[in-house]
Amino acid sequence: MTDVLEPPVAAQPLDHAHEEHHGPTGILKWITTTDHKVIGLSYTVTAVIMMVIGGAFAEILRAQLTTPNNSLVSFAQYNELFTMHGSVMIYLFVGPFAFGALANIIVPIQIGAPDMAFPRLNALSYWLYLTGSITMLSGFFVAGGAANFGWVAYAPLSNSINTPGSGADLWIGGLLLTGFSAIFTGVNLCATIFYLRAPGMTMFRMPIFTWNLLVTAILILLAFPVLTAGLIMLYCDRHFGTHIYSVAGGGVPVLWQHIFWFWGHPEVYILALPFFGMVTEIIAVFSRKPVFGYKGMVFATLTIGALSLGVWAHHMFTTGVVLLPFFSIMSLLIAVPTGIKMFNWIGTMWRGEVWFSTAMLMAVGFLVTFLIGGLTGIYLASPPLDFFTHDTYFVVAHFHSIVMALLMGAMGGLYYWGPKITGYLLNERIGKFQFWFLFIGTQLFTLPQYLLGLRGMPRRIATYALHPSWQYLNEWSTVGAILIGVSTIAFVVNVGFSWKKYPAGDNPWDGHTLEWFTTSPPPHHNFYRLPQIRSERPTWDYNHPGHTAAEHGHHHEAPSAEVPSA
Amino acid sequence: MEPPALSPQGVSDRTRRWRRVRRIAALPIAALALAGCTVPTFGAAPGATTTSRSVYHLWQGFSIGAVIVGVLTLVLILWAVIFYRRKSDNIPKQSQYHIPLEMTYTVIPILIVFGLFAATLVVENKEVANPKTNVTIDINAFQWGWKFTYPGKDVVVVGQTTQDPTMVMPVNTDVHINLTSSDVLHGFYVHDFNFSRYALPGVLNQFTFRAVNTGTFNGQCTQLCGLYHSLMVFRVKVVTAGEYQSWLLSNYNPSAAQAAATATQQQTSSIVPTRPSKSQGNN
Repeated sequence: MTDVLEPPVAAQPLDHAHEEHHGPTGILKWITTTDHKVIGLSYTVTAVIMMVIGGAFAEILRAQLTTPNNSLVSFAQYNELFTMHGSVMIYLFVGPFAFGALANIIVPIQIGAPDMAFPRLNALSYWLYLTGSITMLSGFFVAGGAANFGWVAYAPLSNSINTPGSGADLWIGGLLLTGFSAIFTGVNLCATIFYLRAPGMTMFRMPIFTWNLLVTAILILLAFPVLTAGLIMLYCDRHFGTHIYSVAGGGVPVLWQHIFWFWGHPEVYILALPFFGMVTEIIAVFSRKPVFGYKGMVFATLTIGALSLGVWAHHMFTTGVVLLPFFSIMSLLIAVPTGIKMFNWIGTMWRGEVWFSTAMLMAVGFLVTFLIGGLTGIYLASPPLDFFTHDTYFVVAHFHSIVMALLMGAMGGLYYWGPKITGYLLNERIGKFQFWFLFIGTQLFTLPQYLLGLRGMPRRIATYALHPSWQYLNEWSTVGAILIGVSTIAFVVNVGFSWKKYPAGDNPWDGHTLEWFTTSPPPHHNFYRLPQIRSERPTWDYNHPGHTAAEHGHHHEAPSAEVPSA
Repeated sequence: MEPPALSPQGVSDRTRRWRRVRRIAALPIAALALAGCTVPTFGAAPGATTTSRSVYHLWQGFSIGAVIVGVLTLVLILWAVIFYRRKSDNIPKQSQYHIPLEMTYTVIPILIVFGLFAATLVVENKEVANPKTNVTIDINAFQWGWKFTYPGKDVVVVGQTTQDPTMVMPVNTDVHINLTSSDVLHGFYVHDFNFSRYALPGVLNQFTFRAVNTGTFNGQCTQLCGLYHSLMVFRVKVVTAGEYQSWLLSNYNPSAAQAAATATQQQTSSIVPTRPSKSQGNN
C-alpha cells in the first residue's frame, strides 16, 4: 500500500440503494422476507433457542451422573436425552449458527454485496431449518419417545427392530430437512462469494471470516449430500425392507459408519471454520493490527478443508476394518494447519494494543480451550491411543473442549457483530460475568472428564454403581456444567437488560472490514457508498490512511509507531 | 520455538537477552523431563498386558510432547494477554508477515507429527500382530451380555448384565481372541489392558492378549447398544497356567458347550450364511 491514498471514491450511489421498501411489517415481514439480515437474525434467534434446549438436556444428564446410582431419569430417558442433546447441539445449534446465522448476515456485507446471491433460496434454507428442528424435537411427544440411538445412529441399532419408535423416523426426517437447508446455504454462500464481490474485492482481499465461510460452504457441498443419501437408505432399511445396513440381507452395518463419518468429519470443520473466522476478525480488530500471516491463514484453512475429507475413518479405528496408518497420518497432519492458525492468532496480538472487551475475552477463552481440545485430539489420531480411550469420557472431554471453544467463539461473534445487526451494544459488565462463568465452567466441566476417561468410564452410561470412585470427578464436572448454565442465563439476561439501551454507532470497535463502513443496522441493500478496496481492511484503510499494513516482505523497516517494550 | 518476534530491529537488548536466557533454560528442563527416572503417568496406567505397556509408553511420549507444546503456546497466549493490553490510543506497527517465523511454525509441527506417527506405527504393529498360539477364546457379545467359549475344551461362560460373566485366561501366554456380535454393535473394553475393539455383526475381529500379571480386571461395553448398555459389564480373570488348566477341567460341560455352540450357530446362520468373514487388513 505505497500508492497515494486518494480521498475515497463513494461508489456510485445507485438509485435503488435509497429506495424505500414499503413492504409488510411485523410478523408478515418476518415470514415473507428475503433480506439476508432478517433471515440471518431468524437463524440466530432460533439457533440460540436450540442451544438453550440442548443445554437444558445437558444439565439433566450431568445431574443424573452426579451420583453413581442416580434414578433421576430412567435408562430409556437417559438414552433419549443424550441422543437429543448431541443432535440438537450439533445439527440444530452449532452448525446452523456457524453457517446460517452470522455468516448469513455478515458475509454479504463483508464483500460489499447487496444480499445473498439467491435470496429466496436463502429464505427456503431458514424455513427448512426451522421445520427440521421442530420435526426432530417433536419426537419427545410421540409414543416411544425421541430417538435414542445416539447422535451417530449406528446401524444396526438404528434399524426398525432395535429402535421401532417413530421418534427415530422424526429424527431422520428432521435431519433430512436441516440437511437440505445446509446444502442450499452452501450453494448460496459459494455463489455469493464468487460472484457478488464489490469492485476491488479480490479473493486475497476477502476478510478471513469470508474465506473460512467459502471453505465451509465447499465442504458442505461435498459432505452433506452423502449424509442425506445415507439417511434415505436408513429410512428405506427401516420401512421398505431394504437391507443396506443389515447383515441378514447381505448388507454391511459398517457402511453406515463410513457414510456417516464421511459427512461427520468434514462436519467437524464445517462447524469449526466459521468460528475460527470469527475469532480471527475479533483478535485483529481488538489488537488494532492486521491478521498476522493473512495468506498463511488462508492456506491453512484450505489445507484443513482438504485434509478433513480424508480422515473420516479415525472415528472407526476400533472397528478393526479400516486401514489404520493412512487415516492416522492424515488426522495427525491436521494439527499442522491448525497450529499455524494458533500461532497466527498469537502473532496478531503480539505487540498490538489489545482491548479486552467481552468479545476479545471470548476469543482468548477460545484460544485456551481450543488449545486443550486440539492437543488431546492429537492423541486420538494415534490408533493405539484411540483403542485405549475410544468411547470413554476422554473422547467426550476432547470434543466438548472443542465445541465449548466454538461456543466461546460464537458468543464473541454475538458481542462483536450484535451491535452491527441491532444497532445496540450489549452490557459489558454482564458480558464479562458471562465470560468468566463460561470459561471457568468449561474447564471444570471437561478436565475431570479427561481423567474419568483415563480411569475407564465409558460414555453413554446412565449409572456407574460398580465404580463409586468415579463420583468425585463427576461431581466437579457437574459443577462446571452448572457454571456454564449460569453463563447462558447471563447472556439471555444481558440481551433483555441491554435492549435498545446502548446505541452502538456505525463503527464501535474501530473495525477493519466493510460491515463497519455502513450503518448499524445496515440499510436494505447494505451500502449507500463503499470505500476504495485495496486490502482486506478497507474500512481501516479509510479511517487510518497512514497505517496501512506493512508490505509483504518489508517487515525489517523501522517501526512507524512506538512499540511498547515488553 | 521462540515468541514471534515481529521486528528484530525494534527489540531492546534486554528483551533479546531475556529470550536467550529462556531458550537456554528450556533445554535442561526438557532434558530432565525426558531422562528423569520417573516419567509421570499423565493419568494413564501401565496395564496388565504386554501391549498395554507399549500403549502406556506411547501415551507418555505423546503427553510429553503435548505438555511442551501446550505450555509453550499457553505462555505465548498469556504473554500477549498480559503485556500487550491496550495502554494508549496509539496505533501499533501494522506488521503482517514474517516469513521465516511462519516457516518455523509450519516445519517444526510437521517434524513433530512425523515423529508421533513413527512412534504410533511401532506400537500399532505390535498391537495388531497375531502370533501363533494354542489358547483361543471366542467372545460373543449380545444385548446385553457376553459369552466366552473355549473351543475344543467344551467350556462356555455366559452371563447377562450384572451377572458378571468372567473370562478366565492364563498369564504369560498369548491368548487369541475371536470377537463377534449377535445383534448390534458392542464395544469390548478392558481398562487394564488399555484396549477396546468393536464387536460387529457379520465381522470376525481377531486380536491377541498376553497378560503379564494375574488378577481380576473390569471390562464393560463401550459402544451404545440399547437400553441396558450401562449394565453390560464383565470381568477378565488372569490366572497361572496350572490354575487355568484346573479351571477348564472343573468347568468342563460338553452339553452346555454343545448347546451354546448350536445357539451361536443358529444365531449366526440367521444373519450370515457361513462363518463370518475375516476382517481385512489390520488384525
